[in-house]
Amino acid sequence: MTTPDERMEHLLKQSLSPTSTPTGATLQRDLWPAMLDRLGETSAALPWFDWALLAAVVVWLAIFPRAIPVLLYHL
Amino acid sequence: MPTLAQPRELLQRFSLGEVDAFEELFRLHQGEVYRWILRIVRDPATAEDLTVETFWRIHRGHASFDSARSFEAWARRIASNAALDYLRSKPRETALPDDLPQAPQPDPGISQEMRQKTVRAFGRLPPKLRIAATLALIEEQPYKEIAEALGISTGAVKLRVFRALRLLRKNLQRQGVEP
Repeated sequence: MTTPDERMEHLLKQSLSPTSTPTGATLQRDLWPAMLDRLGETSAALPWFDWALLAAVVVWLAIFPRAIPVLLYHL
Repeated sequence: MPTLAQPRELLQRFSLGEVDAFEELFRLHQGEVYRWILRIVRDPATAEDLTVETFWRIHRGHASFDSARSFEAWARRIASNAALDYLRSKPRETALPDDLPQAPQPDPGISQEMRQKTVRAFGRLPPKLRIAATLALIEEQPYKEIAEALGISTGAVKLRVFRALRLLRKNLQRQGVEP
């Protein structure tokens, strides 16, 4: 005599088999090239504080336009 | 996940942000991380993408890694979180792929229709319950390992499995299936 939970468990196991079969669970390719792409994408993107700094400079120049030549001189 | 003995020095170099050390750890562990994620999401292409996502999170969190602790356990925890985020982001109906493998010894008393309804109902379970039930019942992973990977107690894993079975049975009964 099985309990309803045991019957449910049996039905679930019959419906979905484990992935750990010999062919199903092996990684088919080296993922390092994909990892390098991912690392490259994120290193090319500017972090949020760089954008914040840029926005602050733009606002500052809008308020004090006379500072533009000074800034250009220092670049 | 089998434990590989990593030189402490390699883990220290990784925690300092050295890309060479990260690459070495990636090559050592990508297969195991992939297999763990595959057990949860059950789709090879998604598991590959999530393996890269996991290692991206690992790379980003290198400074918080304690080289005295197990890299495998840490990686598996991050992998489980990445898989959980994926399952949460997907509509529940489409969360399981259609071409799922059959049970090795099919029970003739269970019809194909009943199996399909079970798979669909299982796909509609909340992701937290589904992960626990998948790893414990289908993949037959030890409760202790599941608990470590999900960052919860063994008792909490058992409770999630229990709730998953109850909810699954209720969903199937609503469809006219009596397990």
